[in-house]
Amino acid sequence: MTRENSFHGPLADPAGEAGHEDHPPRMGFFTDTSVCIGCKACEVACKEWNAVPEDGIELLGMSYDNTGSLGASSWRHVAFIEQQRPLGHQDAGLTDLPVGPSSTETTTEVVAEALEATERGGANLGTAPVDLGFPSFDLPGAGSGVENRTQFRWLMSSDVCKHCTHAGCLDVCPTGALFRTEFGTVVVQQDICNGCGYCVSGCPYGVIDRRPDDGRAWKCTMCYDRLRADMEPACAKACPTDSIQFGPLDELRERADRRLADLHAIGVSEAQLYGRDPEDGVGGDGAFFLLLDDPEVYGFPPDPVVPARDIKSMWQHAGTAAAMMVAASAAVFLGGRRRR
Amino acid sequence: MSGDGTTDEGRTAPGDGAGGGPAGNPSHNGGKHRRRKYGRNRGDDGSREESMVPRAEFQSYYGRPVLKPPVWEWKIPAYLFTGGLSAASTMLSVGADLTGRPGLARTGRVGGAAALAASMYLLVADLGRPFRFHHMMRVAKPSSPMSVGTWILIAYSPGSMLAATAELLPASLRGTLPGRLLRFAARPAGMSAAVFAPGVASYTAVLLAQTAVPAWNDAHRELPFVFTGSAAASAAGLGMVCAPLEEAGPARRLAAIGAAVEIVASRMIDRRPGFVTTAYTTGHPHHLRKASEYLTLGGALTALTLARRSRVAAAVGGLALMAGSVFQRFGVFEAGVHSTKDPAYVVKPQRERLDARKREEAERAAEASQE
Ligand code: SF4
Ligand code: SF4
Repeated sequence: MTRENSFHGPLADPAGEAGHEDHPPRMGFFTDTSVCIGCKACEVACKEWNAVPEDGIELLGMSYDNTGSLGASSWRHVAFIEQQRPLGHQDAGLTDLPVGPSSTETTTEVVAEALEATERGGANLGTAPVDLGFPSFDLPGAGSGVENRTQFRWLMSSDVCKHCTHAGCLDVCPTGALFRTEFGTVVVQQDICNGCGYCVSGCPYGVIDRRPDDGRAWKCTMCYDRLRADMEPACAKACPTDSIQFGPLDELRERADRRLADLHAIGVSEAQLYGRDPEDGVGGDGAFFLLLDDPEVYGFPPDPVVPARDIKSMWQHAGTAAAMMVAASAAVFLGGRRRR
Repeated sequence: MSGDGTTDEGRTAPGDGAGGGPAGNPSHNGGKHRRRKYGRNRGDDGSREESMVPRAEFQSYYGRPVLKPPVWEWKIPAYLFTGGLSAASTMLSVGADLTGRPGLARTGRVGGAAALAASMYLLVADLGRPFRFHHMMRVAKPSSPMSVGTWILIAYSPGSMLAATAELLPASLRGTLPGRLLRFAARPAGMSAAVFAPGVASYTAVLLAQTAVPAWNDAHRELPFVFTGSAAASAAGLGMVCAPLEEAGPARRLAAIGAAVEIVASRMIDRRPGFVTTAYTTGHPHHLRKASEYLTLGGALTALTLARRSRVAAAVGGLALMAGSVFQRFGVFEAGVHSTKDPAYVVKPQRERLDARKREEAERAAEASQE
């Protein structure tokens, strides 16, 4: 692992590294998904405050998730996962009710096919409207009956841009539109972005995207305007259960460690922190999470790495290839002037 | 039973049998909930996958892509071709100019500048906001291969354009003072462009590699050689098509070398261990790259044999080399796009890496506690 450069590895002060002197502490989000109730107040508050345009009102067949994924016009995205097992020690109170197994498998099946046919394989959810061909003739979940009563848990998690310590999007942006703020967050300057689209492929989390009608790249700003006015971001403000917590990253990390220890102590052994570790592939996230299952279940990459980690090796190989090309183009002319 | 994904871009490889009907409900195994793949056609070879990837199944969020597929369209792979063609043509033209091969020099200069003009168009047109293309020149950013590439192109272009203008000067202007000055400047101009040409041909490999796109990032060691080889082969092809036979000797030799480098490097991509390689070795990208290999090989063999004597053979071989380069670029591009649309390419390798690291940590902890 390279530790000597600023492209990879732990980094105590990203804002300082980016040239901010005398800057406020690094701010971040800690999203504790164990207390998320899936109300989507964060999604709504974000859309309202940041005037993010509508991006399709569709039924996606993914449990209560009709946003689909983060995108140019979805800066918060609440994921819903239905699982056939009890949630920790909670009694979901379902044992005596006529509750069948989750029907999302069935509905998702239908939707997956429709999405597969779209140009970007479903990744355009949250970017632009996607026509799924709903409504269909079958009732969603018509397949389940009383005899199939199951234990059941619902995982909900509000996803957001991670404001990475080493941000792939920021590294590759050729115009300087993406920049590191004094709060250590990562923001696009919309008057600069020329829509080259490089950041879209640079982000290891699949967060940032280009708005098709507008041509520029958009993502969560951690409410840069509100931060500068000493206010907390709209989503954290709106969250009724404090699942989204906002504050100085150091404090949040401590708080998250305590919460994790508490959960482990009461027997929720599957609880894990995601993006908390400054030693991880992106140097730790400015927005990190407490999850109750593996990251990929929520649609997170399990072990993301900033693409610039290997930048030295990439240019070295390119340099060697270029040198070979020079040698070859010279060698083919050996033998001097052309014979007449 | 595989899903219906075979309709999608003619992916014909069999699925790995995990896309079954609704009956395949994920079971409650050891508290782990394994999501099925919702009829997605993996497009990979099931048996091989078994041996490489211990976890045949992987978890995902409703089978949705984890990454955003590149927003770049056909214009970017087309540019990969035209950029490479331009760079290698310029290099060839300088050699031809210095060794007294005016026909080959003319081809290289004019072809190089025309390909450069096409590149400029393709790059600007692919922007979401084309009229803001000049924002690329606000900063010089070593961490961004696109920024590095912009400046390489800016340094490269004037020489290439000037040399081509001198070639295209109408006869009536040649005798005038500006005309003579221009023709005098053509050689140094071409040489100045040739200094940056290797950069133009190779930076695009880093451009693709420094992304989160699994197939591109994973092949970052091989891609530069594929791209420079492909560039050399295509420019050599152009030389074979346009230059007189007796001058095109260097082009024919460059065709052989370029083709060899391209084919070997691209075979090395296909042999990389790990699941991500399947993005190259299956489906549409595989077909494109196979076609590229045949065309490039055919073109190179023609260059070494028939093209030395026959004008027709030289033209056919040259066209095959250029077509081979086009297919190579589109094949590599498509492989990358495919690897972002399917969460398997993100989740599987990362999960393996993570599990391996956890195992290692656990072992180390166990050892430490024993001592
Ligand atoms: S790389 Fe992705 S997750 Fe990280 S700051 Fe950029 S957009 Fe956000
Ligand atoms: S699309 Fe905009 S923000 Fe993204 S890399 Fe290009 S210029 Fe930067």
